[in-house]
Amino acid sequence: MSGPLLELKGVHAFYGTTEVLHGVDLEIEEGGLTALLGANGAGKTTTLRAVCGMVRVEGEIRFAGDRIDGRATEDIVARGVAHVPEGRGTFTGLTVEENLRIGGYTRQKGAAETMQRMLGYFPVLAERRHQQAGTLSGGEQQMLAIARALMMAPKLLVLDEPSFGLAPRLVEAMFKIIATVRREEKVSVLLVEQNASQALELADHAYLIETGSMVASGDAKKLANDPQIRRSYLGY
Amino acid sequence: MTERATTMPPAIAEIRIAGLSETTWRRIGIVALIAFGIALPFLVSKYQSFQFTLAMIYAVALLGLNILTGYNGQISLGHGAFFAVGAYTAAILMHRFGVPFWATLPAAAVICFILGVLFGLPALRLEGLYLALVTLALALAVPQILKYFEGWTGGQQGINLIKPKPPEWTGIDKDRWLYYLVFIVMLIMFRLAANLLRGRTGRALIAIRDHPISASAMGIDTARYKTLAFGTSALFTGIAGAMSAIVIGYVSPEGFGPFLSISFLVGSAVGGIATIGGPLVGGLFVQFIPNFANDISDAAPWAIYGACMLICMYTVPEGAIGYLGPRLGRLLRRFASSSS
Amino acid sequence: MHQLLQQIASGLATGAIYSSLALALVMIYRATELVNFAQGDMAMASTYLAWTLMNAGLPFWAAFVITLVSSFVAGVIIERVIIRPVQNAPVLAAVIVFIGLQLIIYAVTGWIFSYEVRDFASPFPDKPILGALINTRDLGVIGVTLVMLILLYVFFRYTPTGLAMRAAAQNPVSARLSGIRVGRMLAIGWGLAAAIGATAGIMVAPVLFLDPNMMLGVLIYAFAAALLGGITNPLGAVVGGLIVGVAENLIGTYLIASQLKLTVALALIFLVLVFKPNGLFGTMTVRRV
Repeated sequence: MSGPLLELKGVHAFYGTTEVLHGVDLEIEEGGLTALLGANGAGKTTTLRAVCGMVRVEGEIRFAGDRIDGRATEDIVARGVAHVPEGRGTFTGLTVEENLRIGGYTRQKGAAETMQRMLGYFPVLAERRHQQAGTLSGGEQQMLAIARALMMAPKLLVLDEPSFGLAPRLVEAMFKIIATVRREEKVSVLLVEQNASQALELADHAYLIETGSMVASGDAKKLANDPQIRRSYLGY
Repeated sequence: MTERATTMPPAIAEIRIAGLSETTWRRIGIVALIAFGIALPFLVSKYQSFQFTLAMIYAVALLGLNILTGYNGQISLGHGAFFAVGAYTAAILMHRFGVPFWATLPAAAVICFILGVLFGLPALRLEGLYLALVTLALALAVPQILKYFEGWTGGQQGINLIKPKPPEWTGIDKDRWLYYLVFIVMLIMFRLAANLLRGRTGRALIAIRDHPISASAMGIDTARYKTLAFGTSALFTGIAGAMSAIVIGYVSPEGFGPFLSISFLVGSAVGGIATIGGPLVGGLFVQFIPNFANDISDAAPWAIYGACMLICMYTVPEGAIGYLGPRLGRLLRRFASSSS
Repeated sequence: MHQLLQQIASGLATGAIYSSLALALVMIYRATELVNFAQGDMAMASTYLAWTLMNAGLPFWAAFVITLVSSFVAGVIIERVIIRPVQNAPVLAAVIVFIGLQLIIYAVTGWIFSYEVRDFASPFPDKPILGALINTRDLGVIGVTLVMLILLYVFFRYTPTGLAMRAAAQNPVSARLSGIRVGRMLAIGWGLAAAIGATAGIMVAPVLFLDPNMMLGVLIYAFAAALLGGITNPLGAVVGGLIVGVAENLIGTYLIASQLKLTVALALIFLVLVFKPNGLFGTMTVRRV
């Protein structure tokens, strides 16, 4: 495929009449893992919401070449965008297996096979297959959320703070999972994180957003070594 | 010390239209309405006076509903119950105990207030929809309860009353006499409501309706206000009920079924449920629409009510006065010249 | 003793009807957090449709099926046209719309069919069996309700659409992110609720006789049942309905005269809401903070 998989050009986003994103540009190449970093309230989640049609936008958003700004969430999702929201969005009243089946809802075929693969990546989910999802621990719910997103066989996996609320040991494990999944499932990833150092280790490209505007972007390793970024966001 | 000028120019330029301030214009408007109300019975027939009397009674009842549901956000689908209690209180006092008609109003007021508070206490634990449910069940149960206590209520037959006679020196007929009596009570009730709702109490009620948690965090005793709102609301509607018994001269369980409560809701919504002026429109609506509609068919009033409710909610959810009020104000200000 | 068992048995039959209507109420509440005040009159209108079809010569079960399908369609249309605009509006606006809808259905049905009370033939013969413990008609009602409940259970538990509907009701945002068309699920939910209501109406009409006011009392009892079982709990609605049905019968026979039945229902609703707002079964979902 020629152009970038996901492209945002001059995107302004609004909650009601309040503008929260001021002309944001972003590009993700196919197969790449891009990190979107920034402090609390900088606009990371809003950017993800804009991609999925959950917030009012002005500007251009393209996915695989087609304009998706202004479209309904269900439409955008059907084109191959899987979004794991902040807080995971697990269906707490359904079982683990039912959550996965929902993930496969839009697929004509291949869902059963994907489910087997997911249970292979996350043996803990296989164990708790018939348990109510609400009884799972935070880390397990995060795995379930990622598995559910992958059930859609997406082209782009969007993750909103997957490490949130997890103990440090689990955070490491989580990032390992993301790396594995990206490799095995051959899916592009847009990763939003506050945990900048781990995210930058994983990513190819990174963007930095501050109060609704992009302030830095480029190769992840370069950004990680930039002294100003290190001081502001990495703490050393 | 030399005398200084003690009057300061107003900080904000007062809007004046044709040389008079907005407040003065509003007062003029109210006086004009009152004058029209006084003249009305002599512009229409005796029977129409009777109909307008009922419209005014409904207006007072709707005022009660507005206090509770419009200003305080507690949805009541059963206000017909308080209307019924007021009506039967008046009827039983007059019929059984020979109480003069004017004394039944305070009695109905007190009884309904107490009942309202009693209902308001458990209602504290019920949110919007659930309260609506319980009050709906109440509305449905009222005719049954009335029939059950036959000894007091006269059961199915109801109670017949003698309408008060106008004193000789006035020289007007019964219908018009009753019109003026109700008119005076209505003015008093509206004045009371305006005082209540335009001041601190009103603001507290609205705060509780829109932001209950913030309101209580700011020190407003939500429980007290909500139960008092229930009591006050019941008081207004109860007085209206008592007046209806006196004016119609008859009470029976059929007249107080669930459709009465629904009529109140429609009337309030159409007039503007969070307004003081809305009940006037609503009262006219509740009184006259069924009459027109009955000419079409038996079922028509309900279909029209239903259609009105839907149209109202889709287009003008704040009701006639709720919609017109601010717009009229804005329109008038366009014609104004600022400062003197 | 025999009379007691008889009363319980026939109470179960009426209870089955309350269960059905309560189930319809719970379905809509789960999906929208709104109580459908118009459910009773929708069921009533469906019953009139069935009556018209039977009068035109159709056999009972054919009329039944056609009515069910038509009710489903009507439910979908009502959701799209009338309910959707007020779904996210303040509660009061939604309540007024529901009541408005109910009034219109009531008035139009009354206008078309007039308000006279009519007979409605039951498909089941009225013969006592099992040693006069229960009659075949009551058994039939229980049977039909049971079949309907089983079908619904299978639908929601084992079909993809049923699963999608449950997901959409629980968490509309996540459902959208999984590609589920939440609006469509809502419309289907309304359609199903309407069909369930139609079944309840047709089952109860032989006993209560057909007239536009038929479902008012049933609706209140169904509310009580739904609240008793926990307004978000379908199983609770079923059990609640049976309890209310049996209780109504027993209280009516042994304690209070039937004139106060609605008052009893009111008291029940009141007590449940004040003392146990989550009903007997509350919400079954567990949530980890």
